[in-house]
Amino acid sequence: MTDTGHTGRQETAAPTDLPLAIELRGISKSFGSVQANKDISIKVAKGSIHGIIGENGAGKSTLMSILYGFYKADAGEIYIAGRLTPIPDSQSAIRAGIGMVFQHFKLVQNFTVLENVILGAEGGAMLRKAMAKARETLAALARDYELDVDPDAVVEDLSVGHQQRVEILKALYRQADILILDEPTGVLTPAEADQLFRILNGLRDQGKTVILITHKLREIMEITDTVSVMRRGQMTATVKTRDTSPEELAELMVGRKVLLAVEKQAAAPGAMVLEVENLRVRDEAGVERLKGISLTIRAGEILGIAGVAGNGQSELLEALAGIARGTGTVRLNGVEIALTASADGQSRRARGIAHVPEDRQHLGLIMDFTAWENVAFGYHHAPEYQHGLILMNNDAIRADTVSKMERYDVRPPIPTLAAKSFSGGNQQKIVVAREMDRNPDLLLVGQPTRGVDIGAIEFIHKQIVALRDTGKAVLLVSVELDEIMSLSDRIAVMFDGQIMGERDPATTNERELGLLMAGVAE
Amino acid sequence: MDFATLIQILDSTVRLATPLLFACLAGLFSERAGIFDIGLEGKMLAAAFLSAAAAAVTGSVWLGVGAGIFASLMLSGIHGLASITFRGNQLISGVAINFLASGLTVLLGQTWFGLGGRTPPLTGDARFGPITLPFADALAPVPFIGPIYAELISGHSALVYLAIACVPASAWILYRTRFGLRLRAVGENPAAVDTAGVSVNGIRFAAVAICGVLCGLAGAYLALGLAAGFGKEMTAGRGYIALAALIFAKWRPWYALGATMLFGFLEAVGNRFPNIDLGLFVLPSQFMQALPYVLTVVILAGFIGKAVPPRAGGQPYVKER
Repeated sequence: MTDTGHTGRQETAAPTDLPLAIELRGISKSFGSVQANKDISIKVAKGSIHGIIGENGAGKSTLMSILYGFYKADAGEIYIAGRLTPIPDSQSAIRAGIGMVFQHFKLVQNFTVLENVILGAEGGAMLRKAMAKARETLAALARDYELDVDPDAVVEDLSVGHQQRVEILKALYRQADILILDEPTGVLTPAEADQLFRILNGLRDQGKTVILITHKLREIMEITDTVSVMRRGQMTATVKTRDTSPEELAELMVGRKVLLAVEKQAAAPGAMVLEVENLRVRDEAGVERLKGISLTIRAGEILGIAGVAGNGQSELLEALAGIARGTGTVRLNGVEIALTASADGQSRRARGIAHVPEDRQHLGLIMDFTAWENVAFGYHHAPEYQHGLILMNNDAIRADTVSKMERYDVRPPIPTLAAKSFSGGNQQKIVVAREMDRNPDLLLVGQPTRGVDIGAIEFIHKQIVALRDTGKAVLLVSVELDEIMSLSDRIAVMFDGQIMGERDPATTNERELGLLMAGVAE
Repeated sequence: MDFATLIQILDSTVRLATPLLFACLAGLFSERAGIFDIGLEGKMLAAAFLSAAAAAVTGSVWLGVGAGIFASLMLSGIHGLASITFRGNQLISGVAINFLASGLTVLLGQTWFGLGGRTPPLTGDARFGPITLPFADALAPVPFIGPIYAELISGHSALVYLAIACVPASAWILYRTRFGLRLRAVGENPAAVDTAGVSVNGIRFAAVAICGVLCGLAGAYLALGLAAGFGKEMTAGRGYIALAALIFAKWRPWYALGATMLFGFLEAVGNRFPNIDLGLFVLPSQFMQALPYVLTVVILAGFIGKAVPPRAGGQPYVKER
């Protein structure tokens, strides 16, 4: 096979004397006119952890789907343990010893762990014997790899971290030697991620090969032995992790220099914008999710809310945005805001509260609607969008959308494209543009960069800081501790519906915040 | 109400519940695999027609049953093709099947037999006779147990016993076999089955085929057991009642037995006492006919436990990127 001279550096990092677990030669795959993978060759040494990093849409998932038999490559060869192995379907991949842990788990929620593990690998028409055998195997796997899960637990009752273990167990039960994990930490808490890494290290020590697909540089640096970088369907480099740096990888991924740290001046807090006293929220089941939250944010200040997902951050955002009902006192610019039945997102927007919701695909956008329609949502009553008493001025909305798309760098800048046709980062930019462009007094923003690529992260962070610098108040909720620490002027840590404490990002550290996130007060 | 009347009503309950039970289990297999089937009614109707026609022509009740199953399987095949292979809307496909069966049975009946859509009345070996269980006659005079055994348990047609045997068989298949595990998984999360290297469409087609066979039996029983021949629209909404029973049964085989027996009982009472005089007012027979639907709405509203349908139900499976 020939090397077609890729951009970036091309190195063979995996030493040829080590046995190879996988070798891909010249893999190409197109979807219509889009070339998702372009002549990709890669060597993964047996018993190593190999990272594949790239922005969203770089072709990482496509490549792994080819390896797992979900797609058939247009060209190229797959060698497993040195032997040419065609993989036309998932069954062949499993037979070849490849196991895959998908980003979105492929588990049957109301089955037990045991049932999920044996599904498709029952080893006989009757279940009784298969179950007994699987139970033993699971116990052995749990011992060998620190993968403790109750085999009789129903999956939907398990935490996300445990569900992921079930996925790993599924692969190991099928005697996978090569484990592919697609963005495995996206849904995990920092502690769960650490635990996962310990498990992966254990797997490597036992001779398994692990392929880790991620867009998080920190994970690559922390756990991998070698790393391949993908950009726009091509493999731009494969390097030894210890010979590279996050800065170099980021540059290889994006194709230009990237600022990993957020540049910002010291805050100049002004007048009080938001005062929250004793805010309480119950969920549908009547469980109290916010147990008396009190906080304040001044103009020109970013308050970061750190915490493990599910400790009330979502409810806090929703209560302030008028989505959830609550009790307590909330004042905006000194004027009290009703938290009861009359509250809704519309009235909050009218008061100058903008909201970039945590889950943009469900709360932020209607995925099947066009970008310009999505830009109007929530502000569709704005006078400049009206045409007479009844009609909307669609031309005005479209023109406004084009202008927003330019200023917020939404690509491609086509207002008539459906929201779902944009990449995650560009979807988020649409939401950010809609909410920030109205010049709100208070911006509520949840997980601003979840599932967003590095280039877009940089941009969105800059926008948030810029809004602060114009004297607005920002409430930032994120499960990414890095993000909280680099953006916030003050950090409040939430645990179990309460604020455990407030810290100054300049003087605190991850360990201290981590303890507060785990509910350990000083 | 005396004991003899009660036995009669219960006896009639069993017979009226049988087609519901077949159809309910048919729906159970299909829906547990994620294929909603509103076409139970149409499949029963087509099966009733073709089984009656075949039995009338051949004089054999079992050839009739075979023809009924064949008719139902054909419609199942259409439903499978539309909703599995071509990923069409399952409700629309089901409704189409109901219309198709409703029109086609009458048209073919008129063309073949010229009796205004009816089939010739069946007699003798062309229809199911009662099976007398051992000692039924001997035990009959024994008080209490005698009538229960001789009239309630004994003396039904073969398909009644087959329907009841289908309940433990279905439970066993669903919960004890590899096929059942995969079938339930495919109705909950087909992606899990797909990534495990098992064909989602294969399992779904198998489920739809089982549904076809059971619907065929339901229709055959209507024409060859309950009645003596086919009459226009003779299913009279039983397919929908079976769907209601399926929700009532929360998609579980043993519950399905209970639900269909309850609905059969309501029908039997309605037949026996068209208007129930409660002293203050008279309960019209329509009330009994409506009761299954009312009960289903009550169940759906979550008053008696929660009926959670299979999570992937109604959605065609598309491999995601």
